[in-house]
Amino acid sequence: MGKTLYEKLWDAHVIPGEAGQSSLLYIDLHLVHEVTSPQAFDGLRLSKRRVRRPDRTLATADHNVPTEPMSVAITDPISKRQLEALEENCAEFGVTLFPRGHENQGIVHVIGPELGVTQPGMTIVCGDSHTSTHGAFGSLAFGIGTSEVEHVLATQTLPQQKAKTMAVTLKGQLSPGVSAKDVALAIMKRLGTGGGLGHVLEYRGEVIRALSMEGRMTVCNMSIEAGARAGLVAVDETTIDYLRGRPGVPSGSEFEEKAELWRGFVSDDDALFDAEVVIEARDIVPFITWGTNPGQVVALDGVVPSPEDARDDDQREATERALTYMGLVAGTPLREVAVDVVFIGSCTNSRIEDLRLAASVARGGRVASNVRALVVPGSHRVKKQAEEEGLDQIFLAAGFEWREPGCSMCLGMNPDQLKPEQRSASTSNRNFEGRQGRGGRTHLVSPGVAAATALKGRFASPTEVAR
Amino acid sequence: MKPVRLIEGRGVPLERSDVDTDQIIPSEWLKRVERTGFGRGLFSEWRDDQNFVLNQAEYAGANILVAGPRFGTGSSREHAVWALMDYGFEAIIAPSFGDIFRNNSSKQGLVIVELSLDDVNELKAVIVEDPRRLLIVDVEQLLVEVPDALWRRSFVLDPMIQQRLLNGWDDISLTLLRDDSISDYEAHSNAPTLLGVFDDAGHSR
Repeated sequence: MGKTLYEKLWDAHVIPGEAGQSSLLYIDLHLVHEVTSPQAFDGLRLSKRRVRRPDRTLATADHNVPTEPMSVAITDPISKRQLEALEENCAEFGVTLFPRGHENQGIVHVIGPELGVTQPGMTIVCGDSHTSTHGAFGSLAFGIGTSEVEHVLATQTLPQQKAKTMAVTLKGQLSPGVSAKDVALAIMKRLGTGGGLGHVLEYRGEVIRALSMEGRMTVCNMSIEAGARAGLVAVDETTIDYLRGRPGVPSGSEFEEKAELWRGFVSDDDALFDAEVVIEARDIVPFITWGTNPGQVVALDGVVPSPEDARDDDQREATERALTYMGLVAGTPLREVAVDVVFIGSCTNSRIEDLRLAASVARGGRVASNVRALVVPGSHRVKKQAEEEGLDQIFLAAGFEWREPGCSMCLGMNPDQLKPEQRSASTSNRNFEGRQGRGGRTHLVSPGVAAATALKGRFASPTEVAR
Repeated sequence: MKPVRLIEGRGVPLERSDVDTDQIIPSEWLKRVERTGFGRGLFSEWRDDQNFVLNQAEYAGANILVAGPRFGTGSSREHAVWALMDYGFEAIIAPSFGDIFRNNSSKQGLVIVELSLDDVNELKAVIVEDPRRLLIVDVEQLLVEVPDALWRRSFVLDPMIQQRLLNGWDDISLTLLRDDSISDYEAHSNAPTLLGVFDDAGHSR
């Protein structure tokens, strides 16, 4: 019997334990940022340990960096201290760091792929749950906590149990105006927040094959929202074409040799999955979340759901609580709901393709007077490329803010936050209570819907603003 | 990590599903570089509400949280575990948990007890009936008990995690005992490294 991609990755990295020992998984690349690492480095210092493989460890500042220009000093002393701690720790332990303002700095899940240090067949971890993003490259990538960060720094391994596998097969062709984010939200609608628990998801089918690497990253990014620690996409020519010429990969014949190896990181035809879910492309439309978890998804053309439609008591209570928190009335068409803030950014949707999509909608329009709209590129490289393409000018002319890279309003650790009861259309990944600022009300949407919503001042699809 | 064998105390029911780690500890708390003092931030957005269960006098001092399905999903922040423990919780009982939260808990000695939804709801009812009742979580026998209500259920724990809890073993020390196996693996690995990719200032070569 053949192997799934997950099993191939597992087998290539496992250091089996003897009786009474855990299996260890060897980690090829450890990405580090300022928020989940300071206590881990402290732990190393206390126990007089070193970083075992600085050449497999890469750090960037992203979670709490301000998105103002470098000339604006960081006013929050606690944020400043955390960023300084990262610089001190990386210097002390010999880890390469991209600090605020560095040409390679950006959101950790944007820079790994764009620098070509994320490669097929690798194991990749980071103290951040959206590490699942890197699975788009046929690598096993998952988020870990701070104790595990310390464990990887010290040993370059993690005690692990093998996960179950789930094939998520997306059949058919996407309709025009439907983006990778809508695919991710369709999967959330189907699996809910618990459907992927204990599993590694492999996204397959025509829809995935047709997506760009940026689109595949968007889909893999939200695997954790369904409870799955990792998402995977098999390697194909799209993967290889994306990586060719990037700083982290070799060039010439050496690259082609690598590519030949990478082509093996696919599930065998006769491999068996523990579970399978099939989603038809014709059922994927522009989606939006209405509630306070990412499984609470409806069509943008739909209405706010009613507690009456819940399938059990638990769901009814959750719906009632979410409606109260979100300040919504059941039955209201989403397109009639006004917003205060539009956020285009985050590790889900801040890559060049996302910005191109949003700019194509924003071009020649004007942000509604009741709306503040922010565009936060995922990295300095994305920002530079967007500026070379003139996207910044399109956004600025339409009244959007064009900001410096970072996680920004996705989680509101920096000054980019919602105020209580402000409503956002956000291209990020989590609509949890208070996620974007205490009392803030988040609706997750695609970059196209976000841009159209900014212009209309209420939730809108790109077709409504087409000129 | 301190060994954990027996947890005795009182329970508090949390009547919500999908309590993600952003709710357990909001991101404003994540800027701190320390590992202690997070208890004050636990459920901080809900604790302003005087009716929130942790503010009710009968549950003051409870050390076992009985929660709904999918507790601890979302962000990988271990700060959620630090906050629960700093507040005084020693075990969490729920029908299901986020995978990363479960791992993080095992590293700190916070005991994760998974029971069926029906059993969790029964246990909540037993607690609500008399919040003073003694609850016992026995990590050695893998049992949850409320002796006063003649209520007892067994639960499952990964044997490795159970051993680590009972002995208070530190994961890193255990792994470093296998240094030779790791070095052997490294000698045969051809996975790419960052050597030569960036110069000392982090610029691409």
